[in-house]
Amino acid sequence: MANVFDIVVCAGLVPDPLQTLEPVTGPNGPGLKNEMVLPAVLDPWAASALYEAANLAAKNPGSKLWLVSLGPKAKLQQVMMTVAQKVSFQLVPVDGPIGGFPDAHATAAALAEAITAIPDLDRAKLLLFGGWESATRGAGVTLQLVGERLGMTDQFQGVDQIDLRDDGSFEVLERVEGGKHQVSVCAGTPALLGWATGNLAEPRNNPQVGMANMRTIMPALQRAKAAKLEANGLRYVSAALPKQQRTTRVEKDMAPDEIAAELVAWIGAE
Amino acid sequence: METILVLTHADETGSALTRASLEAVTAGKELAARLSATLTIGIVATDATTAASTLAATGARLLAVSGEAFAQARYATDAAAVEALCRAAQATIVLAPGSSRLTRVAAGVAHRLGGFIDAHITALGGTESVEATRWFYRQRVEAVLSRDTRPWFLLLDAGTHAAFAGEPGVASVEQVAAELPAQRTTVIGFRAPAQDAQTIRPDAKMLFVAGAGWTKKQPDGQIHAAEAGALILGFLHATGASLGSSKSLVDQGGDGNSVLPFLTHLNQIGQTGATPRHAKGLSTCCHGEEPHVVGWRFIGDRRAISLDPNCGWTRGKADVVYIADAFQVMAKVNALLDAKKG
Repeated sequence: MANVFDIVVCAGLVPDPLQTLEPVTGPNGPGLKNEMVLPAVLDPWAASALYEAANLAAKNPGSKLWLVSLGPKAKLQQVMMTVAQKVSFQLVPVDGPIGGFPDAHATAAALAEAITAIPDLDRAKLLLFGGWESATRGAGVTLQLVGERLGMTDQFQGVDQIDLRDDGSFEVLERVEGGKHQVSVCAGTPALLGWATGNLAEPRNNPQVGMANMRTIMPALQRAKAAKLEANGLRYVSAALPKQQRTTRVEKDMAPDEIAAELVAWIGAE
Repeated sequence: METILVLTHADETGSALTRASLEAVTAGKELAARLSATLTIGIVATDATTAASTLAATGARLLAVSGEAFAQARYATDAAAVEALCRAAQATIVLAPGSSRLTRVAAGVAHRLGGFIDAHITALGGTESVEATRWFYRQRVEAVLSRDTRPWFLLLDAGTHAAFAGEPGVASVEQVAAELPAQRTTVIGFRAPAQDAQTIRPDAKMLFVAGAGWTKKQPDGQIHAAEAGALILGFLHATGASLGSSKSLVDQGGDGNSVLPFLTHLNQIGQTGATPRHAKGLSTCCHGEEPHVVGWRFIGDRRAISLDPNCGWTRGKADVVYIADAFQVMAKVNALLDAKKG
């Protein structure tokens, strides 16, 4: 029997990991210095979710894929220029602040509202995907909160694999402690999967896919609703870079024998 | 006045508490003492008797949700259990270990109770109010935050508190009934490498990280992936270290290249991987730039072997950097370790 899914992927924007980050405190709390001009990318774990979703949709004809993303419109447009070349999707943008410091509950409320408003979304067929954590806030709670708002009680986190069965059920591998996976079988949709890395490589850029996507992305960005994120009582006392700069001893002229002896002594020392 | 609930859960035996749960108990006791707050401990287990006995010396009120339905870690049943415990305790602050089991459900339960949650807490402080420390941007910015709203759920990172260890005794446990929804998910087991092939060892004293340089062309113009694999596994076998890797090295395996077959994405350390806690860390063939090093935030003593004298490790990110060929050095290290074992 063919499976048909309505897949929604929640994905945020994060600063390119090679950028230097410096926290600054403004009237609305902490943020990053020059945050709006830092090059941004799609959150890495959420990107895994997007690639897995696209793979799943391609293997199950009739399935649909939406990408829901919250961020400033200009930033969303910039990041989508690249992401849109990877896989086919419909963008559901939410115009809101960027960064890791806004409250996760407020972010989840805005995302859930955007998902609820997607026309033609069949909640019975819904697979809600996202990263199990972001590279900004990194709390690993936003997706659960979205799922709870949508009444989803089959949730999986740290997912690396999903295997569909003919009867509509699927097997899920979730990361648990000690380098293991917990293996579960879910009866079927609706379900929520917070992805870790998955098993797929990043798709190559395909300009044709990009052009097709951008035809719907640009109008969607123009229509994007603004979301005001409430603080929900969250107050930052401080936000700072770690101070632990080490004094590094660089050994350029030691022979392999000497290095090995020093390392073995170091390994054995308590 | 605050009332504190510490959530705990059993390990795979179904009865003994996990280490992370016992760490959360310590955090709860410390916080309750500082705030002069009442302390309640909630247990999710198949059979809560053993767990309760372990917690007898805390003097806390003990609540438990138990039964066969809670032998498996899944959202629907665990969320129902935690919700029932929270409602019974009427706590203003809920502490829980950041285990995979409770991380899966705590946010959802916080929402059900009209509360709020913050995760990956590494320290609890404050004098007039509760202040929680956590990292943002993958361990690159450290922040202290507080909330006025209650109930406030705080998920504690493992390894940030000592595990509670009191004399076992007879404890009175109040059983709490959880209203279970229909169960559509069945846990059928765990999948892990064979015991001798498991390279991820959270309790190891040392982390060994292999970077992409191991599979680059060597001075003879050839790739020596098999030799690299043997050296790395030999070192892990001799020291019991846990194996981490950079994303680039793991991705090479995903692309179908013949590289280091024992590496998976679970070994990844850094921006898109884990941030483990070990006393020592040795990096090899990894350039030590920020996306990698953010995964080293909680590694104590750091050393690196790199051919590049300008690599990231030399810029204050490691304690000692050896500018050398890791193939040569690790072969010598393994030989010395073998000789030491006799």
